[in-house]
Amino acid sequence: MASLRDIRRRIKSTENMQKITKAMKAVSAAKMRKAQEAVISARPYAKRIRGVMGRIAAASGSVNDPLLAVREPKKVAYVIITGDQGLCGGFNSNVINMANKTMKSDSAEVSLIAVGRKSRDFFRRTGYKIDAEYIGLGNDIKYSTAREINSIIVNKYSAAEYDAVYLVYSQFVNILVQNPVVMKLLPADAPTDAPAAEGEGQAQKANYIFEPDSPQQVLAQLMPTYLENAIYQGLLESKAGEQSARMTAMENSTKSAGDIIDSLTLSMNRARQAAITSEISEIVGGAAALE
Amino acid sequence: MADVTQRLEIVTPEKKAFSDEISILIAPGVEGELGILPRHAALITPLKIGLLKFDHNGERIIMTISGGFMEVRDSRITILATAVERLEEIDVARAEAAKQRAEERLTAKTPDIDVIRAELALKRAINRLKSKQQI
Repeated sequence: MASLRDIRRRIKSTENMQKITKAMKAVSAAKMRKAQEAVISARPYAKRIRGVMGRIAAASGSVNDPLLAVREPKKVAYVIITGDQGLCGGFNSNVINMANKTMKSDSAEVSLIAVGRKSRDFFRRTGYKIDAEYIGLGNDIKYSTAREINSIIVNKYSAAEYDAVYLVYSQFVNILVQNPVVMKLLPADAPTDAPAAEGEGQAQKANYIFEPDSPQQVLAQLMPTYLENAIYQGLLESKAGEQSARMTAMENSTKSAGDIIDSLTLSMNRARQAAITSEISEIVGGAAALE
Repeated sequence: MADVTQRLEIVTPEKKAFSDEISILIAPGVEGELGILPRHAALITPLKIGLLKFDHNGERIIMTISGGFMEVRDSRITILATAVERLEEIDVARAEAAKQRAEERLTAKTPDIDVIRAELALKRAINRLKSKQQI
């Protein structure tokens, strides 16, 4: 049986660990709140731009835009968004596994744009071709990052270097649930399921006036913004998911540390009692020997 | 007439910047300034860098807009803006610095710069500064 001193030492070190995990939990809780707010306040824009896209597409019929051109997918790019840091349970590996599985089943030539240190490191090890990487994005997601990623994609797609582009990220459902998803960015499907804006029926398909006067031109201008926004939304969702996954993970480890401390305290008390008992019996034995 | 209003919603990627009933809206369309009154015909247009002006509860509100899109239908206006700022939110020092940076980039003309981007940055900065001087 472990000596009393050993047990005390273990309790002490577990307590220290618990302090750390508790602090990390508090930190990620604060960051999560911020990230969550960012996601939620970004959603109206995403919803509206989808709606506008859908209505223009419906009004314009067939469109001849380089970004809507459908080609046979020979060269496919994946944009994979993970966090920079670990200690957040299965968050990063869920996204990576999802991406890995999808890419393995893809017969086309695959290249990547890695966002987040975890995805870059993993896919570098597995030997995929990484065209661009974005790491150390920090906690404040900047719109300009999305813009940069988007300009790479748009350029390569227009130049036929990519035939299809997918975005793999983790959707933030709530604090406990994050879903890894694969979303097709290009060729863009005009969202036909566009939700009708509030307070209006399906009935009228408004006859829009377009300025400049062809819907194609307006759509051509709207497309890049739409893509940028999709990427930005992906980044935000990932960040919020990462922070909440980390918070949950840290809460669990704080709890397990507590469990360990309890069971160690129990065995420490047992050991102490055993020591006292044996001491008493020694004294009693000694006294008996004197008589 | 004064009680006829239309709904204006301004959203940016970061937040919902404005959402309420207004009377007239003046927006910088790509083909020229547009005045939108209630019951305007359905319209979709990209917006330039410029100023948004609208009357909200009898008060004229002016915002700078760094480009975007506007959809009008059924007396509802949706503006998808890259960025908007109310006049009092504009950081003059920052705009000043951005202007200088963009100008330097344009005059230096190193081959690897994105001329269009620098020009746009310059336009945005000038727009912010100019709007500030108006009042």
